[in-house]
Amino acid sequence: MSTFDYAPAPESRAVVSIDPAYGLFINGKFVPGKNHFPAINPATGEKLSTISQASTADVNKAVAAARGAYQKTWSKMPPAERAKYLYRIARILQERAREFAVLETLDNGKPIRESRDVDIPLVAAHFFYHAGWADKLQYAGFGEKPKAHGVVGAIIPWNFPLLMLAWKVAPALATGNTVVLKPAETTSLTALLFAQVCQQAELPAGVVNIVTGDGKVGAALVNHPDVDKIAFTGSTDVGKIIARSVAHSGKSVTLELGGKGANIVFEDAAIDEAVEGIVNGIFFNQGHVCCAGSRLLVQEGIHDEFLEKLKRRMSQIRLGDPMDKNTDIGAINSSDQLAKIKALTAVGTSEGGDAWSPDCILPTKGFWFPPTIFTGITQAHRIAREEIFGPVLSVLTFRTPQEAMEKANNTPFGLSAGIWSEKGSRVLWASKHLQAGVIWANTFNKFDPTSPFGGYKESGWGREGGRHGLGAYLKGGDHE
Amino acid sequence: MSNRIDVRKTYKLFVNGQFPRSESGRVYEIKSGKEFIANPAQASRKDLRDAVTAARTAQSGWANATAYNRGQILYRIAEMLEGRTSQFVDEICILEKLTPLQAKAQVKQAIDTWVWYAGWADKISTTFGATNPVAGPYYNFTIPEPMGVVGILAPEKPSLLGLVECLAPVLVSGNTTVLVASQGAPLTAITFAEVLATSDLPAGVCNILTGIKDELAPWMASHMDVNAMDISGASKKSHAGLRESGADNLKRIFAFAENAKTQRMTSFLEAKTIWHTIGI
Repeated sequence: MSTFDYAPAPESRAVVSIDPAYGLFINGKFVPGKNHFPAINPATGEKLSTISQASTADVNKAVAAARGAYQKTWSKMPPAERAKYLYRIARILQERAREFAVLETLDNGKPIRESRDVDIPLVAAHFFYHAGWADKLQYAGFGEKPKAHGVVGAIIPWNFPLLMLAWKVAPALATGNTVVLKPAETTSLTALLFAQVCQQAELPAGVVNIVTGDGKVGAALVNHPDVDKIAFTGSTDVGKIIARSVAHSGKSVTLELGGKGANIVFEDAAIDEAVEGIVNGIFFNQGHVCCAGSRLLVQEGIHDEFLEKLKRRMSQIRLGDPMDKNTDIGAINSSDQLAKIKALTAVGTSEGGDAWSPDCILPTKGFWFPPTIFTGITQAHRIAREEIFGPVLSVLTFRTPQEAMEKANNTPFGLSAGIWSEKGSRVLWASKHLQAGVIWANTFNKFDPTSPFGGYKESGWGREGGRHGLGAYLKGGDHE
Repeated sequence: MSNRIDVRKTYKLFVNGQFPRSESGRVYEIKSGKEFIANPAQASRKDLRDAVTAARTAQSGWANATAYNRGQILYRIAEMLEGRTSQFVDEICILEKLTPLQAKAQVKQAIDTWVWYAGWADKISTTFGATNPVAGPYYNFTIPEPMGVVGILAPEKPSLLGLVECLAPVLVSGNTTVLVASQGAPLTAITFAEVLATSDLPAGVCNILTGIKDELAPWMASHMDVNAMDISGASKKSHAGLRESGADNLKRIFAFAENAKTQRMTSFLEAKTIWHTIGI
């Protein structure tokens, strides 16, 4: 297949300057932490910087700063002025987009093509979209004078570090809340760079605070009596722990959790497009996507042809240096995550599944896993039920559309689903019967700030984005 | 004629469109002062599980009925209720210590509540859905859908109106329910089940249990096939425990303020967003 080899096309690192160590961002200033941990480039294992582990006292200070800013400035500011700060932030993010993209790729391991073309543009779009809501909340359908919760504790994952920050911070600020944000332990750098954007935008001190560290920092936020609302994106297991923690406190909570999305290919699908869609659905961002199409359901009549084309397409996927502009699949975010993927795929093999990967050379340094598909899989196999959060696709088949729906819905999750068919009525029929919060028809893994995102069943509580997502940051709005 | 002995009603459960006794064989005594009133069924965990199965089985049919059809059935419930007003007035007077005038006001308000929600059936999508102008060649829209099986702990009083204010907003969007009636005043709930049974509501869409609320509520909260709960009618001190049990399947659990109206509907909706490519 390699008639033409690609020459290396690395993006320049010169656009970013990484400090040797970072403090916590509290009340508009960076304050040094007492304990530290390294930020690692997962593609090389190289240490990028040193990050502070926030203590409970630090979390208390950050919450106090957020409360102070809420009471003194942010809740008193005319909404139209609040909007202008968000517009400023959106513009600065656009101006510094390349810097953010490069830093995100270095810290997270995702291909520069994705951080540059997907993550960072969506981040700016999120701030721009929500800026416009700030002075129009009375038209959003949550009452004539909708009220902010107060202090929002936001806890975000490592798969889309800055984008998840934007999903929480933009609507929280637009609705008049102040924020204490905890980035994921392995991906703090773009959040800390975002703190500098807040400074450049002259956002009032304390409106956004960033406390870095491990799960203990998140737990301190969840259990803090002066945090009014928790917005969490992460695993279903942690989501359940949070749900139990807030049972007694009455905090408002939104949870964006795991998924095991079915990507369903009907016999009448445009096969080549569907193959592209399946590849995008599971290998985008190394499969570190809660809404990934990790179960392929292909109709029996086209199974053999489809698998052959899928394998041929997978053989052309370029895995390697995330900074290379031609790279499709980058590094697994951490050694922990790599171990989880290896463990679950080993179970897949031991339970009788057949694993297949294209020939591809994994770099010797850093954390890597090849794009993999499992055939010979049934509904009962663990790899067809549990979220792998890696570039691993389970292949199942179906005969009738009804069977496809039954299999697709046979999961405690309900985040996403994909439908591939050229027949409009079939697409709409399937859309109606799939129990999932986001359904992509003849496309997959598309995101937009205007489009509500979130799951049914154990995939979470509430939506993010659009009018529905806005409500989560207003009192009483989480009932919608 | 004056020596005629009344024919009393046996107050049973309402599960899957039928009126079974509790499988446990248990009843509990309802009195008004010292006067014996009835021995309603004391539902067990097994009855609750049977009711959830019935509700789950009925769910897709009810959700996929047209909104027009659901609206008409809710309106039909109001019609049936109107015709039985005096029976409800009697039962409310006995157990809620209200005057006939007050009891009648409660029944009328319950009827009007059904009419109000009946009209919502075909307006929910328009009002709470959206089309979203995404930055790309996609048609993108968000539609509200029912959550599935919703457990309801109805308030103690007012026994009929309280039940209706919980039930109507949950049913109208296509959810099915298992409802635990007022423990102290359960008669109206079972008589109301007779209304449902004659209103073309498909079997299993609404199931009504009588019994000890604190006994049934934790089983409902920990049931993995119940999607959501309205715990407004449970004692305040039980709320945290129910929310904790419900976390096992991330149940959506709500307790409403008395004046909540549309929130009682919208809380039990899931927003589904659909993207489709635009092209030729």
